[in-house]
Amino acid sequence: MALAFDEYGRPFIILKEQDQKTRLRGIDAQKANISAGKAVARILRTSLGPKGMDKILQSPDGDVTITNDGATILEQMDVDNQIAKLMVELSQSQDYEIGDGTTGVVVMAGALLEQAERLLERGIHPIRIAEGYEMASRIAVEHLEHISQKFDFGASNIEPLVQTCMTTLSSKIVNRCKRHLAEISVKAVLSVADLERKDVNLDMIKVEGKVGGKLEDTELIYGITVDKDMSHPQMPKQIEDAKIAILTCPFEPPKPKTKHKVDIDTVEKFQTLRLQEQKYFDDMVQKCKDVGATLVICQWGFDDEANHLLMHRNLPAVRWVGGVELELIAIATGGRIVPRFQELTPEKLGRAGLVREKSFGTTKDKMLYIEHCANSRAVTIFIRGGNKMMIEETKRSIHDALCVARNLIRNNSIVYGGGSAEISCSIAVEAAADKYPGVEQYAVRAFADALDSVPMALAENSGLQPIETLSAVKSQQIKENNPHYGIDCNDVGTNDMREQDVFETLIGKQQQILLATQVVKMILKIDDVISPSDY
Amino acid sequence: MAIEKILKDDASEEKGERARMASFVGAISITDLVKTTLGPKGMDKILQSTGRGNEVTVTNDGATILKSLHIDNPAAKVLIDISKVQDDEVGDGTTSVVVLAGELLREAEKLVAAKIHPMTIISGYRMAAECARNALLQRVVDNKENAEKFKSDLMKIAMTTLSSKILSQDKEHFAQLAVDAVMRLKGSTNLEAIQIIKKPGGSLMDSFLDEGFILDKKIGLGQPKRIENAKILVANTAMDTDKVKIYGARVRVDSMSKVAEIEGAEKEKMREKVKKILGHGINCFVNRQLIYNFPEELFADAGILAIEHADFDGIERLALVTGGEIASTFDNPESVKLGHCKLIEEIMIGEDKLIHFSGVEMGQACTIVLRGASHHVLDEAERSLHDALCVLSQTVNDTRVLLGGGWPEMVMAKEVDELARKTPGKKSHAIEAFSRALVAIPTIIADNAGLDSADLVAKLRAEHHKEGCNAGIDVISGSVGDMAELGISEAFKVKQAVLLSATEAAEMILRVDEIITCAPRKREDRM
Repeated sequence: MALAFDEYGRPFIILKEQDQKTRLRGIDAQKANISAGKAVARILRTSLGPKGMDKILQSPDGDVTITNDGATILEQMDVDNQIAKLMVELSQSQDYEIGDGTTGVVVMAGALLEQAERLLERGIHPIRIAEGYEMASRIAVEHLEHISQKFDFGASNIEPLVQTCMTTLSSKIVNRCKRHLAEISVKAVLSVADLERKDVNLDMIKVEGKVGGKLEDTELIYGITVDKDMSHPQMPKQIEDAKIAILTCPFEPPKPKTKHKVDIDTVEKFQTLRLQEQKYFDDMVQKCKDVGATLVICQWGFDDEANHLLMHRNLPAVRWVGGVELELIAIATGGRIVPRFQELTPEKLGRAGLVREKSFGTTKDKMLYIEHCANSRAVTIFIRGGNKMMIEETKRSIHDALCVARNLIRNNSIVYGGGSAEISCSIAVEAAADKYPGVEQYAVRAFADALDSVPMALAENSGLQPIETLSAVKSQQIKENNPHYGIDCNDVGTNDMREQDVFETLIGKQQQILLATQVVKMILKIDDVISPSDY
Repeated sequence: MAIEKILKDDASEEKGERARMASFVGAISITDLVKTTLGPKGMDKILQSTGRGNEVTVTNDGATILKSLHIDNPAAKVLIDISKVQDDEVGDGTTSVVVLAGELLREAEKLVAAKIHPMTIISGYRMAAECARNALLQRVVDNKENAEKFKSDLMKIAMTTLSSKILSQDKEHFAQLAVDAVMRLKGSTNLEAIQIIKKPGGSLMDSFLDEGFILDKKIGLGQPKRIENAKILVANTAMDTDKVKIYGARVRVDSMSKVAEIEGAEKEKMREKVKKILGHGINCFVNRQLIYNFPEELFADAGILAIEHADFDGIERLALVTGGEIASTFDNPESVKLGHCKLIEEIMIGEDKLIHFSGVEMGQACTIVLRGASHHVLDEAERSLHDALCVLSQTVNDTRVLLGGGWPEMVMAKEVDELARKTPGKKSHAIEAFSRALVAIPTIIADNAGLDSADLVAKLRAEHHKEGCNAGIDVISGSVGDMAELGISEAFKVKQAVLLSATEAAEMILRVDEIITCAPRKREDRM
């Protein structure tokens, strides 16, 4: 710890409990930060691309997650270092904003930091590096816009969308049946998409998983599944043209919120109360019956008596349905959630063409399918798979694919994948670098080098010679002036990504570059780290 | 400058080769653990729980063994998980799936050591799995049309499944039990309708299938012990002091006489309820909840058999069996469906009295009463029987059947080998490895039976090069035998699930190149 001394050799105390804190400043602080950021990027580097490897993460409670998704790896990694936490957040913000490319953004940031370290060693001021990066990122984003292509799709022509989703899924463990899953994702997104407003509400897509069966059995259900069964074992298991009453009040005697007491002091009172109670149950069931409901879905439990009455009046019912599911059911069936029995009216009932109970395997797991809903916009993707980790990973992969499809509907510009966009940007940035007078020129050039690291990692993970492959592709791009050449990860034989049908979304790529640059700038600007030393 | 520490204090990180090695070692050691239980001559394991009483389980069932282990290795956890899923989904083959996955990984380890990239191995494994599945599909036998033959298929499958368990001595007896029970279900996979009651005492041979329904309860005092043409009301209602359910109600009195009055009213209420129940014209009343002395007395007076405290499963099953509905209110006797059965009587099994409902309306349900020397034997017998029932019920739905005794593995291995020869590139090594892993299963079966596995498997391989061969390992005589003649069969669904889940799990573990273990959650120190 650097200390200041006065003329008598006594130290000045500036910070509270100064001697218990460690402090790094100046170039040391930057170097420490950079090395932390690089270490995080190094972990993710091998997960990039279709041949990327997975990581096993063991949580503090001993649960095992196996994943390839950058955001998930970082989120569960239990990171302690402050700078590393910034990288984790970087990946998460890419996840929230775009949903895909969470690994790529971290690898990119790591490469930028690595380049920055070299420049720092040459004595270039960090702020100048940051500014150079900023300029370069602007060039790259503009260039991306320039090489991007619009493509057309419609409700009938979903092929391009499916192709893009397949690019996303090919890096996951589910790539065995990526075609199947990509089609499911695209159909799901299209069925909830508002093509006029170019908006997709992903909340309308529910992703459910159940262990067992094979991945190929994964299906898209135009409706909703609820992990519940009928409240009474003898209620009908299948209801056609169901009119659904969605209730948030229990089939139980009322519990007024104000504190009260009912005193029973005579036999008469005891009897009236008893009659009242019976009538109460009867009324509740009768009300549901009167409005014409053929299925009751309730957020709370039922009393035994009410349950039997429902069964008796031939009114199937489902109890303990969670709040979120209840809302989804309400949206899907076009019903209203009714908080009181008095407010039940025929208009508030939801409608569904078919409600059925389905059981799985040898255990008595049952699920309720609500299909052919009045508002067919809500869909469910129902995943099956060999084990729990597989299902969790499939869920994450489907989420990525859904996000990609959504982004394409919002903005139908695409760039070609396989590292081709990065290589092309790198060429453009490199060319622009010479135009800048001053120190920034070096930073801009470094940025171009950093862009190369993504295709380099791709080649490395695919078992190709990274430097050879990259330089070959780069010269090919310049020679033929065609930005579609990338790394041939799958060993198909051509490296024209247009022929391989490997695309990514334009906004996803742009966001990656912008976010990575921002975080790197932030890290570079830190020149003093004060932390409590170990106790 | 030293690289900053990124992870928290106790967290650890293993990379690349080390990570891969850790997961291989974990998975393979789990495999070695359950390996010896595979096949008809497999050995059992004793599991002692750390919980109170140090309970002991003796079992041969892969899923049960793995479930009870406390494992720290993440890759091992993956294997345990697939075994659990196999148990839930098809019920049998829980050991085979783990062994196959483990063998796949053992082969993969060798390939990785030979500098073949895991991704190449995975793509080879995938091709091989697909090819193996097709090979099985070509050789399946489907006797759906022929009921006689199908029944004998079922019988064979049940015997094959049971032969590796403790029940193998009496496997014919139990196979018959299981087949009869499943045939009664008529295609539904709802195993709830088959009730298994365990009563220590007697020998395993004394176990029997009862076509009716047995409720492990006693008949109330002073009530008829035998009812013919019973009309049964199945209920779930409070037969104690039937509380007022309106919230906040309480009794508040100011004199003793009032207490008596209210007590009288309560009694009156109960009497009324009983009267209403009687109004249904029943002669047997089964309630899920408690029946107090007072109503019980009333029932006894009316000559009605009242059974209390039937648990929830029992009630549901009884309702299913007798065809009645579970009632909770009794105001409309005409519209409540009553259950019927020909005869209710109290029977003795060993020293316990049970209530036996026979001649029930719906023929679906039945009860299997297991007898045996000790609780451990009974528990294991139940697990074995459960396996057999699961497999049979799945087979009823998917009627495709294969031969057993290592036959399917050899068939698959042969096809996969052929594929390996046709495939160019490094993948062919992985495909070859897949076939070696498949052959490992008959090898282990032979090893466990104390036979010369190398010799037997080589003979078997030679046999399989003939067209349409039915050769498998005959563990009893210790030679290669014709599986069709020996009547050893397995369900296609089980084999397929084993193949697919094992490949999936192996793939998952192979793809990993880094293990990050978070710091264990700190426990609050007590005191």
